[in-house]
Amino acid sequence: MELLANLGLGFATAATPANLLVCLIGVVLGTLIGVLPGIGPLATIAMLLPATYKMADPTSALIMLAGIYYGAQYGGSTTAILVNLPGESSSVVTTLDGYQMARQGRAGAALGISAIGSFFAGTIATFLLAAFAPPLAELAFKFGPAEYFALMVLGLIAAVVLAHGSIWKALAMVVLGLLLGMIGTDVNSGVSRFSFDIPELSDGIEFAVVAMGMFGFAEIIINLEQKENREVFTDKVKGLLPTWDDLKTAFPAMCRGTVLGSILGVLPGGGAILASFSSYALEKKISKTPERFGKGAIEGVAGPESANNAGAQTSFIPMLTLGIPTTPVMALMVAAMMIHNIQPGPQVMSSNPALFWGLIASMWIGNLLLVVLNLPLIGIWIKLLSVPYRVLFPAILLFCCVGAYSINNNVFDVFMTIPFAILGYLFKKFDCEPAPLLLGFVLGKLMEEFLRRAMTISRGDATVFFTRPLSATLLAMAVILLAIVFLPGIAKKREEAFQGDD
Amino acid sequence: MQLRNHRDFVAGLMFIAFGVIFIWASRDYNMGTAAKMGPAYFPTVLGGLLVFLGVLIGAGGFGAKAPELRIEAFQFKPITTILVAVALFAYLLPTMGLIVSLLLLIFISSVASHEFSVRDTAISAVVLLALSWVVFVKGLELQFPLLPLALAPR
Repeated sequence: MELLANLGLGFATAATPANLLVCLIGVVLGTLIGVLPGIGPLATIAMLLPATYKMADPTSALIMLAGIYYGAQYGGSTTAILVNLPGESSSVVTTLDGYQMARQGRAGAALGISAIGSFFAGTIATFLLAAFAPPLAELAFKFGPAEYFALMVLGLIAAVVLAHGSIWKALAMVVLGLLLGMIGTDVNSGVSRFSFDIPELSDGIEFAVVAMGMFGFAEIIINLEQKENREVFTDKVKGLLPTWDDLKTAFPAMCRGTVLGSILGVLPGGGAILASFSSYALEKKISKTPERFGKGAIEGVAGPESANNAGAQTSFIPMLTLGIPTTPVMALMVAAMMIHNIQPGPQVMSSNPALFWGLIASMWIGNLLLVVLNLPLIGIWIKLLSVPYRVLFPAILLFCCVGAYSINNNVFDVFMTIPFAILGYLFKKFDCEPAPLLLGFVLGKLMEEFLRRAMTISRGDATVFFTRPLSATLLAMAVILLAIVFLPGIAKKREEAFQGDD
Repeated sequence: MQLRNHRDFVAGLMFIAFGVIFIWASRDYNMGTAAKMGPAYFPTVLGGLLVFLGVLIGAGGFGAKAPELRIEAFQFKPITTILVAVALFAYLLPTMGLIVSLLLLIFISSVASHEFSVRDTAISAVVLLALSWVVFVKGLELQFPLLPLALAPR
């Protein structure tokens, strides 16, 4: 069967010593930054992106970066359970019941279930990725510029809907992101737009710079303003293995979480965060004893942890098959591919099969490495948490500054982080979510390009987006999403779901 | 009507400002037609959309149902210290080399924390410099001027 042959190629590629090593580095690094609050996979991947220039093999680069992403999901749950601090935004729901379990002396069981659930989900998600990618890529070949534009609109609307807080503000952030993405040379006309005679701006602003400034530096500044103390449960974490009872209760939740996460991860704007929130809501809704939630219900840990891992992996599907990044992290993966002269899109599967299948296989290997490493290494992660923030944040600054410089060997890129840090800081003060802006920034020029082409083909007829069936469906989905969010019942649920985020 | 949600109001103003800036900056470029869009077309449309959204958001700050939200105080020290540290790093790197610039970056940014301690910072500076040397110079083989120009070997 073709699937087996492809997976065979994939494992052969992923299991080379070099690729195994980078996979290990990626997942360890990912776990590390997942454990540390204040730095997440987005900023880390942005920091390491320049380093991947040096790697001769693009497959290795992607394996490492991917490892960082799903590794962070594992790490984030450790801090969530032990410190009541989500190390990663998708671990927010894990704090709800995981921390309570820790307070009841069941930290070990919580951590164990979290790792097992994540591995289970990771395995299934890898399979789904392998099984569904080829048919999706087939579908992608039928996509014309109108469809791509509609897909991007759907993606941006989804990102808005899932953003924390006001829809209008998230929408505005998306538009602002699109506009910022236009800075640089316009491919069609050769005009250098919004560059104010600064030559470096003619190439546009580097994505990593925006990410580091708005997510990294702004976060640090805000953290420094709030002088908080953390209560940590670092005393001996015994009994890392959950009991059979625990496993029996958790297993159905793991399955549901995996399914939910896999579906939601594929959606534009989806990924790990949406998956974990939805899983928690689902588990609470269908439980016969919902009052246990928030007090240490193991399904409240098993479900979301499986979901966020499944979501993180399936979010690779649109990127690998259609070439469209659906989350800022995927945008960085696209950037990594383009650095190595690989044009992301449906043709990647046929022109670089080793890369494609190798990446997929490496995800399963990475999950295996994670579950083997994490359980024994929990002691070390806990030690790390006691590193005081005043030592940690200069280190983060250092890595970001050096990383920014190394993109083009130009200090200009480091200077450019400053206005974005200021912007990020202001946005936080005004309750504006930065993530939609990033997504808009990445898609800006692409969207314009597809819009232009679609309009040129239709000779200025805007109804083309609605007359072509695929495009019309995508736009309809976007409208439905918006409508759902504005319905009164859902608006309240959204607020409740995001309460825990503060 | 009273302004209740200060955050939304200022956010709205900010978006309006950005929208106007982009529309104004696009005025020199060619608009083209819908069928053949010029460089100014998409930015102008988006700029207009942004202004519209900004008005909506800002207006949302008024009205009886708006949540009562003030803007949290801006603290001068963290943001200025951090950004000065970054700017200094960027400014000095070409002339003073990596070691000096990183040292300054670490020390100045550490001052931003209310738990600043000279001893801890000094220790972590040594560790971080060593780590940077291993990871960036040896490991990733990134190119930097390490020493100040004045001291560099000829």
